[in-house]
Amino acid sequence: MDFVPHTEDDFRTMLDAIGAELFEDLLAGIPDELRRFELRLPPGMPEQTLRTLCAEMARRNANVTTHQVFLGGGAYDHFIPSVVTALASRSEFVTAYTPYQAEASQGNLQAMFEYQTAMCELTGMAISNSSLYDGASATAEAAIAALNVARARSKIVVSKSVHPDYRTVLGSYMHGLDVEVVEVPTTDNGRTDLAALEHATDEQTAAVIMQSPSFFGCVEPMADGAEIAHRSGALFVAVVNPISLGVLAPPGEYGADVAVGEAQPLGIPLAYGGPYLGFFTCSDKVMRKMPGRLVGMTKDRTGRRGFVLTLQAREQHIRRDKATSNICTNQALMALHALIYLCAVGRDGIREVGELNVRTSHYAAEKIAALPGFELRFEAPFFNEFVVRCPTDPAEINRDLWREAGIIGGLELGRWYPELKDCLMFCVTETKTKENIDAFASSLESLACRVA
Amino acid sequence: MEFPDELRYTKSHEWARLNGDKAVCGITDYAQHELSDVVYVELPDIGTEVTAGEPCAVVESVKIAADVYAPLSGKVTRINAELDGAPEMVNATPYGAGWLFEVEMSTLAEADALMSADEYKAHTEAEKH
Amino acid sequence: MQSRLIFEQGRRGRRATRLPDGTMGDAAMSKYIPPKNLRTTPAALPEVSEIEMVRHFVNLARKNFSIDTHFYPLGSCTMKYNPKVNESIAGLPGFVAVHPWQPDETVQGLLELLWDMEQALVEITGMARFTFQPAAGAHGELTGLMLVRAYHDKKGNAKTSVVVPDSSHGTNPASTTISGYECVSVKSNARGEVDLDALAGALDDGVAAVMMTNPNTLGLFESRILEIRELAAKHDTLLYYDGANLNALLGVARPGDMGFDIVHLNLHKTFSTPHGGGGPGSGPVGVSERVAPFLPVPLVEKKGGRYVFDYGRPDTIGMVRSFFGNMGVVVRAYAYIKALGAEGLKRVGKAAVINANYLRARLEKVLTIPHPGPCMHEFVASAVKQKAKGVSAMDIAKALLDEGFHAPTTYFPLIVPEALMIEPTETETQETLDAFADAIEKIDRLVDEKGPEWFAEAPRTTPVTRLDEVGAARHPVLRWQKS
Repeated sequence: MDFVPHTEDDFRTMLDAIGAELFEDLLAGIPDELRRFELRLPPGMPEQTLRTLCAEMARRNANVTTHQVFLGGGAYDHFIPSVVTALASRSEFVTAYTPYQAEASQGNLQAMFEYQTAMCELTGMAISNSSLYDGASATAEAAIAALNVARARSKIVVSKSVHPDYRTVLGSYMHGLDVEVVEVPTTDNGRTDLAALEHATDEQTAAVIMQSPSFFGCVEPMADGAEIAHRSGALFVAVVNPISLGVLAPPGEYGADVAVGEAQPLGIPLAYGGPYLGFFTCSDKVMRKMPGRLVGMTKDRTGRRGFVLTLQAREQHIRRDKATSNICTNQALMALHALIYLCAVGRDGIREVGELNVRTSHYAAEKIAALPGFELRFEAPFFNEFVVRCPTDPAEINRDLWREAGIIGGLELGRWYPELKDCLMFCVTETKTKENIDAFASSLESLACRVA
Repeated sequence: MEFPDELRYTKSHEWARLNGDKAVCGITDYAQHELSDVVYVELPDIGTEVTAGEPCAVVESVKIAADVYAPLSGKVTRINAELDGAPEMVNATPYGAGWLFEVEMSTLAEADALMSADEYKAHTEAEKH
Repeated sequence: MQSRLIFEQGRRGRRATRLPDGTMGDAAMSKYIPPKNLRTTPAALPEVSEIEMVRHFVNLARKNFSIDTHFYPLGSCTMKYNPKVNESIAGLPGFVAVHPWQPDETVQGLLELLWDMEQALVEITGMARFTFQPAAGAHGELTGLMLVRAYHDKKGNAKTSVVVPDSSHGTNPASTTISGYECVSVKSNARGEVDLDALAGALDDGVAAVMMTNPNTLGLFESRILEIRELAAKHDTLLYYDGANLNALLGVARPGDMGFDIVHLNLHKTFSTPHGGGGPGSGPVGVSERVAPFLPVPLVEKKGGRYVFDYGRPDTIGMVRSFFGNMGVVVRAYAYIKALGAEGLKRVGKAAVINANYLRARLEKVLTIPHPGPCMHEFVASAVKQKAKGVSAMDIAKALLDEGFHAPTTYFPLIVPEALMIEPTETETQETLDAFADAIEKIDRLVDEKGPEWFAEAPRTTPVTRLDEVGAARHPVLRWQKS
């Protein structure tokens, strides 16, 4: 099955109009040796066969609709209202191009303007762009923006409680730019060691990066981090989970100059890791160094309000080698998902969903910590994830949970933090009921608390 | 199109108004006309050392970001902060209120290498063809 | 009538979505989290009912042009039809509701899909291995340049620059800068191909890579690509292929055979996944054997009939994003490749080239074609004749909107004045191409009949007329605020 409408007769008619005898005549400029290959792929198939094949592959993946999953660590299972999926799959949104011809794209542009507004409201920051790829690359872009703001500085300071993969990505991006990345340790309590942060931050530091809730789910001392950064003239970059901002103080209130993160929790499915939504918000002074597309409000010739891509001179198609970023295609459709989600829950709902996450995760934490041999590893307040020290090998616990109870357990932290190799991190969102949690605790107890 | 006689010019369409060892610089009427509506100007910081012929500022229109090349080498002593709220002055009065920055020259002899108004005018005619 | 923002609608207390109530008690947040960490002022998000939301967003959608409603001959974007079967497959719970940290044994279907997809891309491009991590073409370029750096660092080569043709897409020079290389531009010759003498002059032992696309941005095949490969090899300079124009080569030629070391693909161009109003895309990067050790982790491996994610790659550049890539986009592209098979992919290349040449033949009298003769999947026309009468490429683009067509790409590549870059793609019928050509001919007649002032007022039939972009840039208003 293909989507080429032409019959052989069509090809013939068109070749005649072009004045070519054979299709191959149009390829005269290509060296012969490049044409001698065979495309060894299986033959195509009609839709019915294709759907059967893919459905079979899909069935071989456990997922949150078929199994209980307690994983977090940068991707979160949240309830997605039907209205999000229904509206965001309108084909006029899905099959539209980037809104370079503004008059033909007002739907898209207005939606992005509304998304920018919603993110500013949620984060308390002055400006938002209309998306980057994901939270990790957004963090790297925040570092680049900070280096562009403070051109003479060449150091980035980042806490080790920032997601380990975000730090890996940051390192990959900074490697080519000759920028020193200094990682600051956490205390035994899982939070950023502020004394070490102070020690690492100096006149060479362009940005200090902290995350709250941290990778461990803990609320971090962000206002203190901001103060330390500003005392040395560095920017403070906050990496935040936007669905927590209905309950937790937003970065605009604790002195962040840039707030970035992963907005997948806002109405975007887990989808095995992507497409997700990197968001980037900042204060006015960073505006000219922001990466990504910006939508502005303006008027047309008749005085009607309209929307248009603006400040494009920052971007690659105009600035080329001096652009603030190389980003072109972004995650616009996912930003639309997030906007629709935020409209669906609204002013009160964003607070309620946050509260439900806090209450649900704390109910689970209490139940699990009450099991013999299990204890909460950190004392810090947490949002919807928490780290638990386990009585037996976490890998074995997860293996048993899956094989005997069909449950996908928590995240094994030992792969990134050797000092936490006896720990699992459980994420419990508003999608879990009391029954789910009680059943999980019961399975944990029978599997992990067995006397050998 | 204006080519004030008292100014000196570069091939890349900048002008300089010399005053002792200082020079006020900007872009020419020809340049602003090519760019059309200026929306933003990125100026060097005061104290920056600039080199003749090297980019030191950027003038932006909606679709273009044009480098401004320093006409003369030296240290930036003043910048036109008014442009932040009113970049259109570069279009309206490129030689007056639309000035960009002032340098304290490090090599006075460089001024001799700049073009006169007549030479620059001829240069713009040649460029059109 | 002026449209209202969602923030200008609704009333206090209205809600669309409600959550399960009071199931976890109603203890105050301060029981769990210190008050100083709690939000005090609510976020002023909209308060609307579901019907208000639905009408708002559906009416917004209706203001868009889209492939499903209009012909979009945007050069370099490959706006082909987005198959609906891809959407229904990608939406299956077994793809869309899977957590990325799930252990390999619970996701064998997805890992097999990635494995099979990698084999297919290897076959289509002639490269050796692929990563799916990059989220877009530009992201792929950045990844590719990181690979270039890792390759040279490992060999102890001192490299500082990357050569890019002056006809290149803006992401190429932007990517070289943010990967820490100096960008060296080389000029194109009269045929829009890389000028070999200029390239030879620019190549020295300090050049890490040459970035190219083939066909180039004029839609012409770089006929001397094999010589370019030889020139680069003399300095151990890697060859990078920008895959934006791959649609022309499907079944025709392969970048791996041309000697490219690193290739990025745009799944949202060549492989039919939708553009979504700006994204998401996916930019998988393919490499030759000598660059494979440096790929980001993890890669999919097959071990005794099981599929696993392999993180054990000591020379890896690390990661360029969290997790493994835009999997939802990869699944759609996989469905497309499986549906087409070898014969279908060949038909794509054939129809794409024939459609472009057909349109070129129809337009060559009314527009100037700076590089006459057969093109590949796209061609660049110039509106210089019309510009001489006061009507620019931009004016023509706006007038086309009133004729019911999205405009072609304008003012790119930079080396052609008043450029209109036209790529019809293979999924358009001859009738559509004829209708578009008729519209261009009509617009050309209107240039003489109506003159520039009339064009300055186009478009007239869209929801808004030409917008004040100057005002938007001078005084940016980037969010709504209650006044």
